[in-house]
Amino acid sequence: MKAHPLQAALAVALLSLSGGLLAKPLVVCTEASPEGFDIVQYTAATTADAVSETIFNRLVDFVPGTTDIQPGLASSWDISADGLTYTFHLREGVKFQTTDYFKPSREFNADDVLWSFERQLDPKHPWHEQTSLGYPYFEAMGFKDLIAGIDKVDAHTVTFTLKRAEAPFLRDMAMGFTSIYSAEYGDQLLKQGKQADLNSKPVGTGPFILSRYSKDAQVRYKANPDYYKGKPPADPLVFAITTDSNVRMQKIRANECQVAVYPKPDDIKALKADPNLHVEEMDALMTSFLGINTQHKYLSDIRVREAIALALDKQNFVRTLFGEGNATPGVGPYPTTLLGYNRALVDTPYDPARARELLKQAGVPEGTVLTVYTRNGGGATNPNPALGAQLLQADLAKVGLKLDIHVLEWGELLKRLKSGEHDLGFYGWAGDNGDPDNFLAPNLSCAAASNGENIARWCDKDFDALLAGARATTEPAKRAALYEQAQVIFQQQHPWIALAYPKLFTVVRSNVEGFHISPLTNNNFATTYVK
Amino acid sequence: MLSFIARRLGLLIPTFFGITLLTFALIRMIPGDPVEVMMGERRVDPEMHAQAMERLGLNKPLYAQYLDYVGKLAHGDLGESLRTRTSVWGEFKSLFPATLELSIAALIFAGVFGLLAGVIAALKRGSLFDHGVMGISLAGYSMPIFWWGLILIMFFSVSLGWTPVSGRIDLLYDIEPRTGFMLIDTLLSDEPGSFVDALRHLILPSIVLGTIPLAVIARMTRSSMLEVLREDYVRTARAKGLSPARVVFVHGLRNALIPVLTVFGLQVGTLLAGAVLTETIFSWPGIGKWLIEAIGARDYPVVQNGILLIACLVILVNFVVDILYGLANPRIRHQR
Repeated sequence: MKAHPLQAALAVALLSLSGGLLAKPLVVCTEASPEGFDIVQYTAATTADAVSETIFNRLVDFVPGTTDIQPGLASSWDISADGLTYTFHLREGVKFQTTDYFKPSREFNADDVLWSFERQLDPKHPWHEQTSLGYPYFEAMGFKDLIAGIDKVDAHTVTFTLKRAEAPFLRDMAMGFTSIYSAEYGDQLLKQGKQADLNSKPVGTGPFILSRYSKDAQVRYKANPDYYKGKPPADPLVFAITTDSNVRMQKIRANECQVAVYPKPDDIKALKADPNLHVEEMDALMTSFLGINTQHKYLSDIRVREAIALALDKQNFVRTLFGEGNATPGVGPYPTTLLGYNRALVDTPYDPARARELLKQAGVPEGTVLTVYTRNGGGATNPNPALGAQLLQADLAKVGLKLDIHVLEWGELLKRLKSGEHDLGFYGWAGDNGDPDNFLAPNLSCAAASNGENIARWCDKDFDALLAGARATTEPAKRAALYEQAQVIFQQQHPWIALAYPKLFTVVRSNVEGFHISPLTNNNFATTYVK
Repeated sequence: MLSFIARRLGLLIPTFFGITLLTFALIRMIPGDPVEVMMGERRVDPEMHAQAMERLGLNKPLYAQYLDYVGKLAHGDLGESLRTRTSVWGEFKSLFPATLELSIAALIFAGVFGLLAGVIAALKRGSLFDHGVMGISLAGYSMPIFWWGLILIMFFSVSLGWTPVSGRIDLLYDIEPRTGFMLIDTLLSDEPGSFVDALRHLILPSIVLGTIPLAVIARMTRSSMLEVLREDYVRTARAKGLSPARVVFVHGLRNALIPVLTVFGLQVGTLLAGAVLTETIFSWPGIGKWLIEAIGARDYPVVQNGILLIACLVILVNFVVDILYGLANPRIRHQR
């Protein structure tokens, strides 16, 4: 292993005992700059890692490495019998971060919770307009239409009243956009007329305090000595922004960083063979799929959609695109680890002869041209979009269909898919909160079909009723049963071909401890350290 | 001379407006708007979309948006990024020194080695060295930057461990960005060893970015030297009994340099274009990466004004070069 030039000097300089551990720097090779530090304005996972996972906390948290919920800034909560009122009992003695630009005069309390939510909810709130792009996650998760009111019962008790019972609500409350801000800091900035500072000089209750940000170079944090769970062992924590995956992997090999996110599937084998590295892996909460525009000619016929599913050699597709062992071929609309996954579902087999037969029955002429839209750069749900489209093209050619491939830039692809120009579209979904509703409602509900978010533009009343029923009950067994039924309809109707459930990988040096890879793709380093 | 400068200045104004119009139109021709891109796969609430577009002034007719933009420019206001809400000028100012530092280092590398290789190849015309230099420079010119960068990283950084993989400095040094030029900032800081570390970080990116200019300069120097060495005044210098070094460097190279300097000027554009890729490979936080991200996010003010600032820079360099030519060669000055 290459010796680090400053390691010895820094070890002395940064000598501080924390939980019996010697504080050492931790450098993480991340893939992009955060969009900003006012997390409620942004949606990217890199921003969540750099802001909500480091600087902020929420009322509830995901248990590291899982999608289960645990107490966060709320030490406990009660849910009313009708599922409409959530009462959160706030933790006492939690301090906001002390920085060069803000010295808190009080501890965290109910006012901070109200400030953080009302800012996004109430158009009359003085901070509501202080954002250029609105509150994308708050809007997308439907909070504007869900929350009837938020009330402060006392300094350490807050109630949320909902307009309807919403089972995923508690999980939603662990997401980045529900991060708790300091109302006192907000007031200070407003008085000083420095509203823009909220996006560059954040103050939270989280494990790390932002100390320096250089765009496209680094985000630097120091450990928060007042963190309510104890000072984190890594100090400083540095995100080395390294866009290219190949370079990230070379950097971790050279010990220029100790954690590197998102290796390419092709590199996994070689990385696993390196004795200095350890590859953490987990089934991600992701589905890679081919959406079929059910409103287009021929494709509105279930037989044609089934024929496309029969024509695709999925095993070969997944193996070629993701690499052996890096993804599981998909069957249902969401990964097997989520509540209510229907294990009785059997995948559509690869059967080109049957596909031809169905196409003939449906009256689809030989040589019919279908369009497929895909993105230009690879991502977690589609590592090589052009290759994926070519594999599909070759398979469909065998059953007499021609495929016209359109490789588009991401923003353009989104626009065109949402407007329904495509016949087929390669797409993917990464779950935000570990709830099945988060996969099904945005991608397969009738409401989403009307606004284009459901790229299959598929609307099935029975399926929709099952989703609504599952959303209204908080009892897991009942919900699971409803989702299982919904998946049966999904498989009969073929609005998509579920292609794969990709695995998630993070590379760490072998002397790194306390890192938990998360199925939600977020990275939290509060307990991570270099031995 | 003054009228020559005035003519050149007069040409700058329409060029400037042409660029504003072009960047304004091009970025808006790409489908998707900043709000849609921010929402990604998620639902775009029409009401929220309309509010955001109004707040950003993007609901106005295009001509009104353009007039707003030019009006602000006239007041020296480059606007603020739609995503980060920080001023475009502020972002440019913090990122441009990185690009400039890298470009200067690359130009020095290309200039020194290109001139040297070109001169030696010309003196040893037809030799193995000559063929080697010309072959390598052709290969260098044709090499994909991305591939070349990764090969160098794998060999020098990972296998040999001689140079760092990427970045401007080891991130365990916490250097305050006072000037934005890492070499200067490290000298101003009290972190021992940081200057040498910053210098080590510059080596590979400079080689990668400087490879194409080096190839061009080497080939141009060789052919220019060959021409000059055949001139009567060189023969005279030799006949006078001057030392070979004096003949080559004083009488030969000085005259051969004129066309090479032209190429040097033209490399500014090549360097800025190459910087985009080099910055991506080496995680170099410059304006190339900044602009690419801004295009992806439809961050209109950053794209419009970022390109405008770069264009102004290229215009400025060309303007200075034009003036210098005018000074050096009176024939250019009097051309209408």
